[in-house]
Amino acid sequence: MSFLIRQTLIYAVPLMVVALAGIFAERSGIINLALEGIMIFGAFIGVLFVRMLQAQGLFDAAKAGGSWMTLQGYLLLAMLVAALLGAVFSLLLAFAAINLRADQTIGGTALNMLAPALVLFLVRIIAKQNQLLLLKGDSATWFMIKKTMLGYDKNDELGFLADTFLNKVYLTTYVCILVFVVLAIILYKTKFGLRLRACGENPQAADSLGINVARMRYAGTTISGALAGMGGFVYAVTTANCSANGDVAGFGFLALAVMIFGNWKPLNVAGGALLFGLFKCVAACYSTLDINGDGVFALAQLGLNANFYRLLPYVITLVVLAFTSKSSRAPKAEGIPYDKGQR
Amino acid sequence: MSNKPNSPLLQRDGTRALLASLLSILIGLVTGAIVILIVGMLNPSISLKGAWDGIRLVLFGVFSTGRDAVGALTFGFNPTNLGNMLFRATPLILTGLSVAIAFKTGLFNIGASGQYLAGTCASLFLALSIPSTVVPAWLIWLIAFLGGVLAGALWGAIPGLLKATLNINEVIACIMTNWIAASLVTWLFDISNLKNMVEGTKSGYIYKTTYNGVATAKLGLDKIFPGSQVNGGIVIAVVMAVLVYILLEKTTFGYELKACGANRHAARYAGIRDKRNIVCSMAIAGAMAGAAGALYYLSGNTEFFWSTYQALPSEGFDGIAVALLAVNNPIGVVFTGIFMSLLSIAGLQLTNLTAYNEYITDVIIAVIVYLSAFSLVIKLWISGRKAAGKPPLFARKKPDGAGITPAATEAAAAPAAPEETGKEAQE
Repeated sequence: MSFLIRQTLIYAVPLMVVALAGIFAERSGIINLALEGIMIFGAFIGVLFVRMLQAQGLFDAAKAGGSWMTLQGYLLLAMLVAALLGAVFSLLLAFAAINLRADQTIGGTALNMLAPALVLFLVRIIAKQNQLLLLKGDSATWFMIKKTMLGYDKNDELGFLADTFLNKVYLTTYVCILVFVVLAIILYKTKFGLRLRACGENPQAADSLGINVARMRYAGTTISGALAGMGGFVYAVTTANCSANGDVAGFGFLALAVMIFGNWKPLNVAGGALLFGLFKCVAACYSTLDINGDGVFALAQLGLNANFYRLLPYVITLVVLAFTSKSSRAPKAEGIPYDKGQR
Repeated sequence: MSNKPNSPLLQRDGTRALLASLLSILIGLVTGAIVILIVGMLNPSISLKGAWDGIRLVLFGVFSTGRDAVGALTFGFNPTNLGNMLFRATPLILTGLSVAIAFKTGLFNIGASGQYLAGTCASLFLALSIPSTVVPAWLIWLIAFLGGVLAGALWGAIPGLLKATLNINEVIACIMTNWIAASLVTWLFDISNLKNMVEGTKSGYIYKTTYNGVATAKLGLDKIFPGSQVNGGIVIAVVMAVLVYILLEKTTFGYELKACGANRHAARYAGIRDKRNIVCSMAIAGAMAGAAGALYYLSGNTEFFWSTYQALPSEGFDGIAVALLAVNNPIGVVFTGIFMSLLSIAGLQLTNLTAYNEYITDVIIAVIVYLSAFSLVIKLWISGRKAAGKPPLFARKKPDGAGITPAATEAAAAPAAPEETGKEAQE
């Protein structure tokens, strides 16, 4: 059970953060189809940054000194860098959509094509193969928090809760949850959040009240890019063993599905992300999943093909969309370039 | 409006579209060259001469004939490259047609990848499981090809149906069906007995269709381009492009499709069955993408990597670029499809002959798609520079709504041009 919850969280957290990225862009009126591309870019930047720190010998020094806090600090720094560059990358979309009034769907598709191409082009030149690995070790050796680090002994029996949430976990999970909560509050409880949402619903009205629509939309897209870039790196650390190969296995698109599933509302999106995270987790490790610890692999005994679990989230999204499309509350002005003269 | 035949050349819509596309290509290529140059300067293992070689290969890769004794690049007529270019153009033209038809009906078919996979899956199953000892090979080929087309059409019809009946955004539905197809195809091949077990070194591949004696006819093209993979598929692709052109431009059905794309509600008001047309358009789009997959893998010398659940085939997304660059003109798609495959051949030369790799061509394609997202601005810029008056971009909306005839628009737009420019500058 601990394992299931831990794994579900690991899949759910990037989905949650990237779905929130989608919310920020769409609530400001910009369709951000480029989430997948920005994730790919963020993952690459983060891994590259970690490699650069490794090349300086900082990681070995920290390990030798036994200061795992320093390593976690480097991890946070890498997340920050990935978020920063993700935001910069998303400016391409913002510029096209806001300044040039481009078709946002096509613009997003272009970024989705650009990111893997650019990343693979660079990865092949840097690493001479299609995958950028760490110079030494992997996610678990450097970043995983184990109970021994927190002062417990190797043989200590932790309680269920402590074992689930403190042993063999990544700091990124908790940072992401924190960021999610803070940003969700900002979106709903601050002046800035209200203004941003207004620009996605009725930009003309917002403009008439003195809100700078272009600036708000830039803010929405940039926050979106930062979150997606960070989410991409978190995905790379927790599920791809801190490697970058120009691919995040459709997580960006899945996040888009989660966002629609959650009706563009943070709380629903968090729930949706947990559900989809559970599916992803089941698809990845259903054959060795022992839910109640009695040594019976219930799901494996069902004899269903792994691909069944893989396609399940997408089918469910379509079914849910089919039932909710009438009551779906997409931001009214999303996808429409703001035109001052239009009423 | 300025698409009358007797209006000045640079004012015509077609000319402006062509210029905008050429400009997009130029900017894309220059961006690629700049990336190569920057990477070359930052990377100590690549000399400036290496970067220059890379740039030349991106531009003229299809004419590359390797390196001479001194190690300098040589260029000339290379029939193998040209033949492979035509071979790779086949699926690109068809996925381009797929995206273009959907665009004409006002739909963004981002699901060409899934439809391509559906077509691939159906035609490989048919081509490999019908015993060639009983059924003649050409008939198996035909069944497999049509099966692929049908599978693509069905897969494309799903988002069409969802859009028409439940008003679900086709982009989201297409993305979902893409990934469903990716898992479903993996599943079907996983439990099939078509996995290549004979060649032990290869894991994860399906048998080539030649294993069952099925392959697309060469039609003598292999004599013209010796050593290449080219086959009759390119002819089929071109024929299909012409058929789509006739369908869209010369038939009532095509007119109805375009009417739905221009304004769905107005079309319904005029008595056009918009829902049926949306489903039909997506089905035809799917059929094209399915044909792309079928033709690519029925060639007999291509192998399908069946475990696709983590990655979608790039042909579908490249189709978007092909269609956008051709401004959704079916005949234009033939040329832009060949251009895209020319780029990819150049990319292969780059991988073989320099320290760079083929992904730079994907960067170039992405830049071109990015530019076509605001092609309107580029078109505006072209005619703003090269012709005296501004095109009636904003004037266009008003007269249409007010029901003024095109001739009146032309007359109204001409004197208003300076005023328009002034308004533009303010914004």
